[in-house]
Amino acid sequence: MQSQPIAELRKVTKRYGAVTAASGLDLAILPGEFLSFLGPSGCGKTTALRMLAGFEEATEGEVLIDGQVVNGVPPHRRPVNMVFQQYALFPHLTVAQNVAYGLNQRRPKLPKAEVAAEVARALDMVRLPEFGDRRIWEMSGGQQQRVALARAIINRPKILLLDEPMAALDKKLRHDMQIELKSLQRELGITFVLVTHDQEEALSMSDRICIMDQGRIAQIATPEELYDRPQSRYVADFVGRSNFIPAKVTGHDGGLVVAEAAGALRVLARGDAALPPGAAITLSLRPEEITLATAQEGIEAEVTHRIFLGEHTEYHLKSPSLGTLVAVAPRASEARNGALAPGARVRLHWRDGAALALKDG
Amino acid sequence: MRIYAILVYLFLYIPIGIIALFSFNAGRHAAQFTGFSLQWYGTVLSNPFVIGALKTSVIVALSSAALATLSGTLAAVALQGVRGRMRAFYDALIYMAVMVPGIVIGIATLIALVTVFDVLNPMLSGLFGEGAPRLALGKGSLIAAHGLFTMALVTVIVRARLQGMDRALLEASSDLGAPPMRSFLQITLPQIAPAVLAGFLLSFTFSFDDFIIAFFVAGSETTLPIYVFSSIRRGVTPEINAIGTMVLVASLLTLVSAQVILRRRAR
Ligand SMILES: Nc1ncnc2c1ncn2[C@@H]1O[C@H](COP(=O)(O)OP(=O)(O)OP(=O)(O)O)[C@@H](O)[C@H]1O
Ligand SMILES: [Mg+2]
Repeated sequence: MQSQPIAELRKVTKRYGAVTAASGLDLAILPGEFLSFLGPSGCGKTTALRMLAGFEEATEGEVLIDGQVVNGVPPHRRPVNMVFQQYALFPHLTVAQNVAYGLNQRRPKLPKAEVAAEVARALDMVRLPEFGDRRIWEMSGGQQQRVALARAIINRPKILLLDEPMAALDKKLRHDMQIELKSLQRELGITFVLVTHDQEEALSMSDRICIMDQGRIAQIATPEELYDRPQSRYVADFVGRSNFIPAKVTGHDGGLVVAEAAGALRVLARGDAALPPGAAITLSLRPEEITLATAQEGIEAEVTHRIFLGEHTEYHLKSPSLGTLVAVAPRASEARNGALAPGARVRLHWRDGAALALKDG
Repeated sequence: MRIYAILVYLFLYIPIGIIALFSFNAGRHAAQFTGFSLQWYGTVLSNPFVIGALKTSVIVALSSAALATLSGTLAAVALQGVRGRMRAFYDALIYMAVMVPGIVIGIATLIALVTVFDVLNPMLSGLFGEGAPRLALGKGSLIAAHGLFTMALVTVIVRARLQGMDRALLEASSDLGAPPMRSFLQITLPQIAPAVLAGFLLSFTFSFDDFIIAFFVAGSETTLPIYVFSSIRRGVTPEINAIGTMVLVASLLTLVSAQVILRRRAR
């Protein structure tokens, strides 16, 4: 991906009075990619999106779209379109009139027949071909969302901005919509920028995810990278789940960090080769990396809860040396070894390099 | 307790009921009902003075309502963009304007207009000599005074509607490429249309029924309420009852339509 970015934030800070909603955002969005802003409530995701759309002006820094600085350019002159969280469909217009709205703003005006054809195409694309004459309130939530989508893509924006577009849908519908949105993006080849606080949604749809933490970017990476190589405890905790174990670096061995946890436990972890011996670190260990056995060797622990979740089972463990831990056992392994009841004594294992060493602070 | 409530209502509505009833009286005397007849309506509607006053009232009510609707709506839209202390200040001014008694507005407008005319008229005759136009009280001052008062009313009604409107609608319009003025015409205006219409109807009713302000600023013009007032000094006649009943019905119809329009959800 060597191409010129379609949009850029350069050291962008946004303040509302005393509140800093975004601070020092540095980000390049590549043409055709699906980028998500992910983070907890109030971390500044919407603010970042609204600065791209032009509804908010950056207090400091530059916003670029297609190589042009767009600070001060009003929303109606920016080549981006937005799908709003509550859809913001115009209640006094029909579905077709809503979808046509963007085209009807072009000057000189487009011929009626051309607008009608484009509207039909857009409605086809979101699979609502027969609904043009309906009123907005005659549509279900999921259908309204599709109308909002059709309305936003009709102008072929350079970037489509989506602010939690699926937050109001039920789980099943949300899943269907995610798949549709992804295939729509492939079909159109438009850059999508999505705001969400649902990590599953971000992981399943995005080419890259921008994790935000209190107005700052914590990490930008592909979903796999974020999951396998989070750069901080914050990211490791936010993307997927993890067990965190305080430890100390004692050396390096064949590309792995040698760490000492809970006094005497030697752990080989992935991590920065530059970590100096003696540095305080946190080991991040994904629950699915822990295997439970009833053999003699390994770390002692006791099962406190067993939570059956269908395809896998979650075990909450209490270890005298490592404290409370969570482990996940796939259905197959449970079927083989038998379920463990609360109170059962087990031994924990994980392979070398399963844990990740994160520098503290 | 209930008996008092009933008495209060009787006290309120019996006089109105009697006016309406006796407008259909066949006899001339207000003391006894001698039979049903529409003759007084006929008499009233063929009286050129009544028709003249009615015409004046309708012209004044329509013009002042149009003026108030236009300026009140614009004021409400403009106030949307004002925040903080300035907003509270303007709000207070608007609500005060609604509450100022008619007699105060009447006197104040009269004094203001007469003072301005006294300054302007010599200047006009100085400029144009003999045939110079002379400013005087009349339809113009009636329209201005009524428009001023009802503008505040329209602003309050339209404001309420604007505040209930989803801000995201305007953002969506702008996002889709509409400049601010077009967003206003294509999105805001349809959204607030019921409130604007209701404001117009209320303003019309107010102006049509108003006596106090009109009495001060009408000059030589006679509106319907002024006509009723001046003829009542010669005693209550069945004609007056007929006029009162017609004004009552017209006002009620307008007020009810305004309520219906405001209630109907523009969803
Ligand atoms: N118009 C505003 N005026 C003042 N503060 C604001 C404004 N908009 C946002 N903020 C503040 O800026 C911060 C970031 O808000 P933002 O809406 O970007 O969060 P978010 O990540 O989208 O959260 P959510 O997931 O809840 O939507 C919050 O602390 C919020 O209170
Ligand atoms: Mg948000």
